[in-house]
Amino acid sequence: MLKLLVARFQQGHRTAGYPDEPPSLPDRFRGGPALDSSKCPLGCRECIGACPTDALRSDGDGLALDMGRCLFCTECLQACPHGAIALTQEYRLATRKREDLVVRERVEPHSNVLDEKLRKLFGRSLKLRQVSAGGCNGCESDVNVLGTIVFDIGRFGIQMVASPRHADGLLITGPVTENMKLALKKTYDAVPAPKIVIAVGACAISGGPYVDHPEVHNGADAVVPVDLYVPGCPPHPFTILDGLLGLLGRLESHPSWAERFRETAQRVEAENLAEQLRWGVPRAEEAAKYLGGGIEGSAAKPEEREKAGRPETGA
Amino acid sequence: MSAASIPSMRSGRATPRDAVPRLEPEAFRQWVTDAPSAHKRVAALFGAPAEGERVELFAVLASDEEGLLHAASTVLVGDTFSSMTPDCPQVHLFEREIAETWGVVPEGHPWFKPVRFVRSGRPGRDAWNRTEAPVVGVMDFYRVEGDEVHEVAVGPVHAGVIEPGHFRFQCHGENVFHLEISLGYQHRGVERALLSGPTKRTIPYMETLAGDTTIGHTLAYCQVVEALGSARVPARAHALRGIALELERLANHVGNLGALAGDVGFLPTASFCGRLRGDFLNLTAMICGNRFGRALVRPGGANFDIDRERCTLMQERLRAALHDVKTSVELLWNSASVGARFEGTGTVSREVAEALGLVGVAARACGLERDVRHDHPSGIFRLAHIPVSVWHTGDVFARAYVRWLEIQRSCAFIEEQLRALPQGAVRGPSGPSDALGPNRLCVSLVEGWRGEICHVALTDDAGKFSTYKVIDPSFHNWTGLAMALREQQISDFPLCNKSFDLSYCGHDL
Repeated sequence: MLKLLVARFQQGHRTAGYPDEPPSLPDRFRGGPALDSSKCPLGCRECIGACPTDALRSDGDGLALDMGRCLFCTECLQACPHGAIALTQEYRLATRKREDLVVRERVEPHSNVLDEKLRKLFGRSLKLRQVSAGGCNGCESDVNVLGTIVFDIGRFGIQMVASPRHADGLLITGPVTENMKLALKKTYDAVPAPKIVIAVGACAISGGPYVDHPEVHNGADAVVPVDLYVPGCPPHPFTILDGLLGLLGRLESHPSWAERFRETAQRVEAENLAEQLRWGVPRAEEAAKYLGGGIEGSAAKPEEREKAGRPETGA
Repeated sequence: MSAASIPSMRSGRATPRDAVPRLEPEAFRQWVTDAPSAHKRVAALFGAPAEGERVELFAVLASDEEGLLHAASTVLVGDTFSSMTPDCPQVHLFEREIAETWGVVPEGHPWFKPVRFVRSGRPGRDAWNRTEAPVVGVMDFYRVEGDEVHEVAVGPVHAGVIEPGHFRFQCHGENVFHLEISLGYQHRGVERALLSGPTKRTIPYMETLAGDTTIGHTLAYCQVVEALGSARVPARAHALRGIALELERLANHVGNLGALAGDVGFLPTASFCGRLRGDFLNLTAMICGNRFGRALVRPGGANFDIDRERCTLMQERLRAALHDVKTSVELLWNSASVGARFEGTGTVSREVAEALGLVGVAARACGLERDVRHDHPSGIFRLAHIPVSVWHTGDVFARAYVRWLEIQRSCAFIEEQLRALPQGAVRGPSGPSDALGPNRLCVSLVEGWRGEICHVALTDDAGKFSTYKVIDPSFHNWTGLAMALREQQISDFPLCNKSFDLSYCGHDL
């Protein structure tokens, strides 16, 4: 018993301060994209050809990246000789509409709050049943960690429950295999209405790397209506948590949030210099330029960020 | 050609396909079924299309003591062959898979059922003569009859955040007579999609074959294309890949010990290890930005490098994490209530483990010294040796304790590597050439955190994959779990299941 107490004492307090404090992300974290089509020479399709899931396309309005398909790998970054694509530290990527996942310039966090009736119903208590329908255990693992003491979703009233009949909605991962289609549909039907569906990860949104395989159905919305899309391969736990809290309207009500995040934005952008390790100096400079006029510029113009109405962490 | 003259090869080396002897079916059968008595294991057994719409069976036997592999093939005459399972149980699931994929029947197979519930790859030929598309989970389950016997069916959707699978228990009260495991729900068609590759999607397939084993599977694949494409991998990349592989092991082993603690209601270790698992994932993210090591391992080397400063920081964090893991895990061994639940639960005997061909932690917990890093070393493991961690009791305790031993040894290995990373680049001046060697066979083994990952590639005239076989350690080990449950209480299933910690998608592909 004494050993237990000593161990408990040594382990300390480990719950992340988020959302009161900014999330701790790895400095090489690959988050939301920033595109600059003006850099693309006419007819250049290097990035489009390199993308394993055809997430990139080019049309009259320039480049567009579908985060619902994107694996956040490095293929397009390495293929582009002109520095037109960067992946930023932006982790707030969830959207309520599928089409909002298509980024043209720079990823912008969306307001994802449920409509008033549902928010009142679920805002303080949301029980979810997780269904893996062909998921690779990447997304499943990063959903699972939300229950650990670091993320502790219990403190927000969110809980993963054992039965769909106890649940307010489903959290789906995986491209929805043919062999899981029926089970997924039955699980959905077993959840009492009103219910919500959250699709986590590129597979559950679009099929991910398995898109258009005859063995899969290209994501959850082929079988059930989806209320929130959380992109990533897999999404960082903070991306999932941000999506869930945004849905429940738990972020907007946070007065200190915007203020505190501005500081992180500056810190993280400064740390973006570490990008040099990855892409070499020219690429890192390019990346920094997309993040609001370079590192010095972004630090010098906090009031502009305020005006934008959203706190900035994206660096 | 006789079985005696089958040439040997090594993991991660390409062999001309002509050099793989084609045996007569009877000689092939004899060679495979003699494997256990010749101190060999069946690492792979699979079918491939042959001339005239026939099916050619390939087998790869591993001779662990010598660090050698042996491959041979046979062309089937007609749509049946004589099952090898009665004489060599470790091929039982391989034969079921061959039957399902190629519509050929292993006659005399004692447990002849579908594996993944998919259509046969040869239209019109079905091993079970089904005319409709197979429906997942619909098969003849083993049943025990009797007034007091009852059946419990669980899944595919389980209570936890976990992948889907169907489990059927034949019970007498709390006591389990038999557990039958029926999978296939996760089947995404990976092996079919790998044909005619490599393509730009091949790497994402490898990274998500089993998403918690991203490094292990991607490394096995890279070894294949590096051998087929004659690439030289720089020493620094070998070291980084080794570090990533061991970090993957650390994260999963630590998470597993926490989950085992949770399953016996010992909450301190459950909550400490839940957090600590993330610390190891974050160390991987320090290298490549992704907690699962996505985009880190690439043919020809690694995608990311770490400078001295990052090296030092990683060492500090690793030490801190190991310290916390130590205090947290030692609580397990010092708690009588945990010992009472771990010891003697879910026991698999050494004989059963050997007969079924178990690999990885599950095999080492039965006293079998099987570890690819030791037996068939590649990359950094040719230079840096990690002792094989073994325990002999075969129960939940043994599987947990082997993990704890491996955690300590992996940490020591990473420390050593970070202290003296080889100089140079992480990618060679030229990666593997785009045109892979034509008409080759390459077997690549990697000790993933669950056990032996085996990839076998065959290339065609154009140097494209004509067959790409993936064998996740789970493929060998699921039957081990079924055996562990015999004569156990059904309430111990979650504990036994977690102690094996197998992959569903790695099995279903």
